[in-house]
Amino acid sequence: MSGYGFSPSRFCAMVVKEFIQMRRDRLTFGMMIGIPIVQLILFGFAINADPRHLPAAVLLADRGAQGRTLLYAVRNSSYFDFVREVKTEAEGQDALARGEVQFVVNIPENFTRDLLRGDRPAVLIEADATDPSATGNALGALRTLFSTALQNDLKGPLSFLADAEGPVELRIHARYNPEGITYYNIVPGLMGVILTMTMVIITGLAITRERERGTMENLLSMPTRPVEVLIGKIIPYILVGYIQIGLVLAVAYFLFHVPMVGSPILLFAVALVFIIANLSMGITFSTVAKNQLQAMQMAFFFFLPSIMLSGFMFPFRGMPRWAQAIGEILPLTHFLRIVRGILLKGNGAEEVVLQLWQIALFAAVVLTIGVKRYRRTLD
Amino acid sequence: MTADLAIDVRGMTKRFGDLTAIDHVDLQVRTGEICGFLGPNGSGKTTFIRMLCGLLRADAGGGICLGHDVIKESDAVKRQVGYMTQRFSFYEDLSIAENLDFVARMYSLKDRRSAVRESLVRLGLEQRRDQLAGQLSGGWKQRLALAACMIHRPRLLLLDEPTAGVDPKARREFWEEIHVLAGQGLTFLIATHYMDEAERCHRLAFISGGSLLTHGTTAEVIDQAHLTTWSVSGPDLLTLAGRLRAHPGVGQAVAFGSALHVSGDDAASLEEAIAPFRTGQYEWKRIDSGLEDVFIQMMEKARRDVSP
Ligand SMILES: Nc1ncnc2c1ncn2[C@@H]1O[C@H](COP(=O)(O)OP(=O)(O)OP(=O)(O)O)[C@@H](O)[C@H]1O
Ligand SMILES: [Mg+2]
Repeated sequence: MSGYGFSPSRFCAMVVKEFIQMRRDRLTFGMMIGIPIVQLILFGFAINADPRHLPAAVLLADRGAQGRTLLYAVRNSSYFDFVREVKTEAEGQDALARGEVQFVVNIPENFTRDLLRGDRPAVLIEADATDPSATGNALGALRTLFSTALQNDLKGPLSFLADAEGPVELRIHARYNPEGITYYNIVPGLMGVILTMTMVIITGLAITRERERGTMENLLSMPTRPVEVLIGKIIPYILVGYIQIGLVLAVAYFLFHVPMVGSPILLFAVALVFIIANLSMGITFSTVAKNQLQAMQMAFFFFLPSIMLSGFMFPFRGMPRWAQAIGEILPLTHFLRIVRGILLKGNGAEEVVLQLWQIALFAAVVLTIGVKRYRRTLD
Repeated sequence: MTADLAIDVRGMTKRFGDLTAIDHVDLQVRTGEICGFLGPNGSGKTTFIRMLCGLLRADAGGGICLGHDVIKESDAVKRQVGYMTQRFSFYEDLSIAENLDFVARMYSLKDRRSAVRESLVRLGLEQRRDQLAGQLSGGWKQRLALAACMIHRPRLLLLDEPTAGVDPKARREFWEEIHVLAGQGLTFLIATHYMDEAERCHRLAFISGGSLLTHGTTAEVIDQAHLTTWSVSGPDLLTLAGRLRAHPGVGQAVAFGSALHVSGDDAASLEEAIAPFRTGQYEWKRIDSGLEDVFIQMMEKARRDVSP
């Protein structure tokens, strides 16, 4: 039996070596910093885009003056272009389904009468919220619009109608994507996505690179233990992960003004587990892959479900059961909940732990597989 | 008796699919001995060395290396063995000093810094300590690799063609150092294709097609071959060589400077072959067979045995 345990010195050797190699590999290091910036800017651009002149249909069942005033105001907001008038509700829904219009504005029968009676008539807006970032701003604008548009008409004897509640009830019916994601959701989520992508790839190449460069033969001829090699290779990239988190947080705060309700320090602390989980995944791929290309492919196949099923792209609750089940395994799913929870809801340690242990479990299982799979010979 | 043996393995076998790269090889190397490991390309030298230091799992066989079981205690063996790979396998993106430092840490050396410094001085590379290993010339890479695999003061060195591409002066220094170290009790197994190096070894092991053909001192190996060699000088040796080779009694006819060495393992048959050419035109002389003649003879024979 070879009963030699973990050696701090050998572990140190690996860490120092990996640090030096990481520093020298300018291209990869640059990518680690570049990818977050590019992604943030790309996504940020999409988020910042404030689409206006969205096609809308109108179903005008009331011919009174106030209905028209409201429509003018809606059009003047520059968010909506009324491209057609529909006669029936079904016709409007059809146009919506075909993507011909993004909204259908429904001014109900007896709108003017009800308004003047003070009955708060409801205006129904049906929105195609497939892409929430496209409709979000327009719908937001509607809310303010509705409370001010009729102010001029409701002066004098009718002024009692312009009370705090507003004279008209706005009913928004967001179709196709009921759980609209706002960009507050996206930017923090992007942190997890960036980490998943870069961390898995970078360590995915770790062992295969040694194999392809022939340095594995030398490494294996020394009395190393798999744990020393694998963890030694992971450590330097934790630092890279933190640089990325810092970058994303700074951009989120200064550029996108994402609120930070909870403690960023707590976020930094728990991110460690998530970073390690992804690095472990990568290093385990690396022990299984025959060459760097295979490792890249594996990383990609991990990345895809992570981005699709974690709740980043699609609302988690909107997914079918099986997809949710897969999503629950992935570290990104839990990390998204943690990040959004901390930043947006102000969650504390108690709520975070509920998700965190699942990431930790994932990391432990994956790393164990990696250690078991690590081949200690060349055959 | 076994305490004297640094390497004592028997029946070592390694298969790659259908190919038996190492076929029941027994090898004993005494402590403090320099054992030359010879054989044609693809004969299994690298494979055998890798099996000794636990880089390849043996399909059969086993034994003792430095008092530890080669198969079961390969970690213990690795700590006391220095293995120099045939292909440069240190980190090209690390500097010379960083590579040495890495190895020193790997073996948990107590006085790491001074070990690295000492090693740099011995190499004569103190000035270039911060140069990246990948930028070194081929010969210097070899010398760095050699220095690196000795830094932890191993008791056994497995060197796979350590002097390939190294200049003659450095090679001589290398062999002188090896002999000094062997005098201190270090054991060496050195794969090489150079005959002059083979002659500087205490013992030789010759492997071909995965089987060990001969094992012994230079003199023993030459004796065992029962090779008779004649040297001939005269006009148009090229034509003569061609005509001699056609005779079954002639194993080889090789030009050495202005002479031709003709040898064969059957003295009588060889004499019969050269008889027609023993005219005044040529000057014939019986000489001692050299190691190279013996090895080429063995290689030829091994090839004939495999494909009759
Ligand atoms: N990993 C491997 N997989 C399959 N075959 C292998 C492997 N390694 C070596 N071989 C085969 O085993 C045989 C012995 O190879 P080895 O490298 O040990 O030869 P060698 O004596 O070191 O040759 P050289 O003098 O060229 O270095 C060769 O036929 C080679 O093709
Ligand atoms: Mg070889």
